[in-house]
Amino acid sequence: MNVEFVNPFLSATLRVLKTMASVEASPGKPFLKKGGGAHGDVSGIIGITGPVNGSMSLSFSRNCIIKIMAGMLGEKMEKEAEITKDIKDAVGELTNMISGDARNELGQQGFQFQIALPTVITGLNHEIRHKCNAPTIAIPFDTDAGPFVVEVSFEN
Amino acid sequence: MKSAIDFNQKVLVVDDFSTMRMIIHNMLKKIGFSNICEAENGAAALSLLRSDQIGLVLADWHMPVMTGLELLQRIRREPAVKDIPVLMVTAEEQTENILRAIKAGADNFIVKPFTTATIRDKIAQIFRKRR
Repeated sequence: MNVEFVNPFLSATLRVLKTMASVEASPGKPFLKKGGGAHGDVSGIIGITGPVNGSMSLSFSRNCIIKIMAGMLGEKMEKEAEITKDIKDAVGELTNMISGDARNELGQQGFQFQIALPTVITGLNHEIRHKCNAPTIAIPFDTDAGPFVVEVSFEN
Repeated sequence: MKSAIDFNQKVLVVDDFSTMRMIIHNMLKKIGFSNICEAENGAAALSLLRSDQIGLVLADWHMPVMTGLELLQRIRREPAVKDIPVLMVTAEEQTENILRAIKAGADNFIVKPFTTATIRDKIAQIFRKRR
């Protein structure tokens, strides 16, 4: 996988969270993901097509996404015991915005990609199935509200 | 300085994601609009446009069933609502999409992520052009 494709997703994640939710996130060291298990309680995935095909996913702990949602909506959120429709909706919108913003940066570098509509997955030990069989790069992020993980996978 | 924006206008926010509708709704309230309604798809938006006095539409580009572009085209074809200003909202800054939207009659374009100040500037540009 072309590692040049990974950085725009990292910077898009920081930019979108800061602009839309006033949340500062710190990226950790990227690693090669093994297996399909999600790192969080709720995940969003989106297909990406272009010079090579791939996908991007986000996976949040419940506390982390609730804090991000509070920042996005500018109001205090109840700590939900379950992943509600509104939480899933927020994850879908974040997946859409981050992939779109990364796509814009890739476009400026001369790589023209299209993005699909996001899918949100929840449930105990849920799996994230990327759109291709290539290795998946996972980037862990830390926030005041807890961690989340962004995954990027593109064909070779 | 007097704002170019007519805050008495009713604004319709169209997005399939409730979070995004709420974010835009809150931003519109912050900049001074008090009369705001929402639709989660193009069909619901058209129905509101026919029944209410809407003065500005903010429509998401990526929506299932009827895309924002299709909604814009439907608005511009319908005599009773064809002159309502439309601000397209998108996550992708694609020149060809911007050109298609302008050709279809979009008044302005805003790319996510955006701040309250950006949305205010985009709306002010529309009101200035429409004077």
